[in-house]
Parts: sequence; C-alpha cells; structure tokens
Amino acid sequence: MFVPCGESACDLAGFTLLMPAVSVGNVGQLAIDLIISTLNMCKIGYFYTDCLVPMVGNNPYATSEENSTELSINAEVYSLPSKKLVVLQLRSIFIKYKSKPFCEKLLSWVKSSNCAKVIVLSSSHSYHRNDLQLRSTPFRYLLTPSLQKSIQNKIKNLNWEEMEKSPCIPEISDSEYCIRIPGGGITKTLYDEGCSKEIPMAVLLKFVSEGDNIPDALGLVEYLNEWLQIIKPHSDDATASTLPWKMPSSWRLLFGSGLPPALF
Amino acid sequence: MAATFFGEVVKAPCRAGTEDEEEEAEGRTETPEDREVRRQLARKREVRLFRRQTKTSLEVSLLEKYSCSKFIIAVGNNAVAFLSSFVMNSGVWEEVGCAKLWNEWCRTTDTAHLSPAEAFCVFYHLKSNPSVFLCQCSCYVAEDQQYQWLEKVFGSCPKKNMQVTILTCRHVTDYKTSESTSSLHSPFLKALKTQNSKEPPCCSLLEQPNIVHDLPAAVLSYCQVWKIPAILYLCYTDVMKLDLITAEAFKPVLSSRSLKGLVKNIPQSTEILKKLVMTNEIQSNIYT
Repeated sequence: MFVPCGESACDLAGFTLLMPAVSVGNVGQLAIDLIISTLNMCKIGYFYTDCLVPMVGNNPYATSEENSTELSINAEVYSLPSKKLVVLQLRSIFIKYKSKPFCEKLLSWVKSSNCAKVIVLSSSHSYHRNDLQLRSTPFRYLLTPSLQKSIQNKIKNLNWEEMEKSPCIPEISDSEYCIRIPGGGITKTLYDEGCSKEIPMAVLLKFVSEGDNIPDALGLVEYLNEWLQIIKPHSDDATASTLPWKMPSSWRLLFGSGLPPALF
Repeated sequence: MAATFFGEVVKAPCRAGTEDEEEEAEGRTETPEDREVRRQLARKREVRLFRRQTKTSLEVSLLEKYSCSKFIIAVGNNAVAFLSSFVMNSGVWEEVGCAKLWNEWCRTTDTAHLSPAEAFCVFYHLKSNPSVFLCQCSCYVAEDQQYQWLEKVFGSCPKKNMQVTILTCRHVTDYKTSESTSSLHSPFLKALKTQNSKEPPCCSLLEQPNIVHDLPAAVLSYCQVWKIPAILYLCYTDVMKLDLITAEAFKPVLSSRSLKGLVKNIPQSTEILKKLVMTNEIQSNIYT
C-alpha cells in the first residue's frame, strides 16, 4: 500500500507513472535511478508491501553530507509535479509466490490514483533473440490497447520496433504465438493485467546480458526520452563531453570493495 | 548464457532473480496436490507467538497487548550475548512471549516443541518498568517470515511514541569500501536510523552503497514507514560465531539514550559476558 511521507496524501491524477520491472541486468531499476537522480526528484512516499524482500540503506541519491542520512527502503515513490511525473523504485526481489499479488496491489493503486499512464522499464535476455532481432535495434516497446488508441501516431513517428510475438512453446513447430519476455520478471504479468484491466500502459525494454549494465540503463533512458522528452535530447555536438544523465552516488563500488594491495 | 574460460556454455544466474517467475509464466498451472503441499508448507513456516508459561498463543500482537515506550531487539548470537550480559543481568526481566518458527536454517526437526537451548526468539519486559521490552532473537527469520514476525510483534496499529533499538552483526566482507576489506579493523560499529529518530547515534552512520537485509531491515523499514523513532546498530565482524571481541564491540551503545539506565555494573557484566563466551566455546568443537 502507498504510505505518504508527509501528513497529506498526494494527488497523482493525470501523472505518468514510471516504474521498473526487476529483470535481467536490473536495467529497469538502474534506469529509474538515473531518472530520479538527474531530475532530483522528491520522495513522496513508500509502497509498503510484504511482497518484496526487506532492505534498508541511507539515501542513494545523496549529493552532500546533509542529505545523505535519509533512510531508504525497498519500494519508494518519487515525484516531479512540474513534469507530472511520478516514479516508483523497487530495490529488492520478490518473495517466492508474491510477484502476482504484488502486481495486483500495484495496479489497484494505479487505478485508484488516476494516473494517466504507466510506463514499465524492463529488459529481456539477449540470448533469446531470434535472427531478425539479432540484426535490429535492441529496444522494443509494447502498448496496452487503452494506451495504443491515444499514442499510436506518436510511436509511429518515432520508428520504434514493437516487441514481436514468439512461439509459446519454442520446441513445437506449430505452437501458437504470444508475447514472451524471458528474464523480464513481472513485465509480462503487468502487461497482461494492464490489458485485461484496461490500464494505459507501455513497456519499454532492451535485450541485455548480465554484466556491467550501466550502458544498457543509459540506452534505455535515452529511448524513453525520445518519447517523453524528460530532459533535452542529447546533442550531437562532439565537444559535449558530459552525459546529460546524472549517476547517483550509490552507484560506486558496484562490483565490490577495493582490492587488497598484496594481490599485486 | 555465459561462456566459461574453457569454452563451455553455462546458464549464468540472473541477478534479478527471475528464474522462478519464468517457470510460473510458462503456464504451468498448479494442481490441487501442488496447492495442498504449498498450503502445508506455509502452515509449517507460520510464525506463532505464545506464552511458554501457559502454553497458550497470544491472540493479539505483542505490542497491542502491552504498552511500550522502549523496545530493544538483539538479532544474532553476539548481539544476544551482549544484551544478556549487560542489560538482562542488570535488572529483573519477565518473559512475556516467545516466537515459534521453523525454516530450513533451523537445526531442529521437531517444530512442535522447540527447546530453550535451541535457536529462539524470546520477548521480555522489565519488571520495574513494564513498558520497556527486550527481544532476544538468535534464530534466523527467513524472508517469507519477516513480515509475519512484524505483524505478530508490532501489529497493525503502529505506536509512534516508542523508541526502537536494534543490535545485530554482519560479516565484514559485506561492507563495501574503496579500500580492501582486509585493511579494515574489525569489529566496528555502524548505525542506521529512521527519520523520526532524534537520538544521536553512538557511532558513524552506514554509508552508501552499503545496505542491510533480513529481520533488522524489516523492523527498520516498518519504523521508517510508520514514523517510529528507531536506530539500528550494526557490528561488522570477521567472526560470526559467538565471540568476546565482537560482542564487546557493542559497548558504545551503552551510552545511548535507549540503553542508559538499563545497565548497572559494566565491569561485572563484562565478566558475565566472558564466562558466557567461554562456556559456549567449550561446548562447541568440530565433533559437535
């Protein structure tokens, strides 16, 4: 359930909700971290649930000593009212058998908040790509029917590739075709529920492999930015050496502590 | 998939932990037998609070039954030994409840009768001031049991006027730092506190990108969300079994607001702790 930080509940009517799916390479979550950090979004509440493994830590987006001591938990909500953006960040994995109940609770909150649309940032195993997918862009999108009506033209102008259907049972040659998102975590469940509950939802994903997924996250936010224009598009100016996306301070030591000098 | 040095292709574990979800998504519907097995396993893993004296279960959550101004929780054998020697030996504490739970980490097969010598989770209150509570938790509370534990202990009506203090240990290799962990002088103490905690911590705060999991994280998250003042003291150590130096590393906490007034004779308590650790050492060897 959503629990606001302050005393009063926030009005999210008409806002766009961005959220990650916990998926291969944690790309969606990394992308959401970039968005919160770059836009300096304000925490407005917690999505308190028994579906995610508990975890706590100090402020992952700290920029100074003063703001480094705010405690963060596993599911928090941030907003930027000037851009009518609200973001849900998930920081841990689902407890066994709790992913479906989580989707239900989440979508019920989305419906009751009257968000204009939901955008799920996700990823899928790159080794599952077919020959055509191997030769094309690694980015894909999916829209629920209720969102398709309103933004179909915009998406057409962006020349984006829609996620292709693949055989439901790969081993069987005459198997039916359906949307499969291997490594996507709850992405498929969210999309299916979004379709059946008539929620305006888009899924933006990238085909990735596990490893250093920061470049994948940067790619995914740039992809999202082509549509939402959250920040000014990255200029093609060769002299622009700085990335427009700000990496949070918590991204240090992603691959562990320093090495013992004795190793060398 | 990933190729190893020898050229064999292996399935690399996914950091996002999505393997189970893929199985569920493949449309494998649960049979009634699967559901029954799952239901029975869930029942076996249920967290139950009961009174050992009367062998009856608590009908409501612990803090709904009693009023609480201070709640001190020790998670893990070193934190439990510390509180036992310094706090419990300085006053008269009465047992008010015990949490009975089973998971794969429990070494007992008999889930109906957990003996006091085994891993346990016991709740006490101070006889001279019954609103002061203590929890000695030396058993592992699994992921799927942590929220149940919270529900059974804290209940559904969070009380904002209590101060929660949690003590626990973690292995020093979990601590991320730009130096190598071998150069760290462990054990050392770090703290994490909720927004509403006004108590100045007795040590430095845990820096990002370090995080905490398990029961201490579950309690701290609950307190942060429901605006309860709470502070977690985390001891990073390279000895996870009961160890004198590790347990003594919690000593700075004795000067905190939460523990002040609850500790009488520090030198005496230190002796009690030494005896406790020694007794434990004699009992455990490679043959037991």
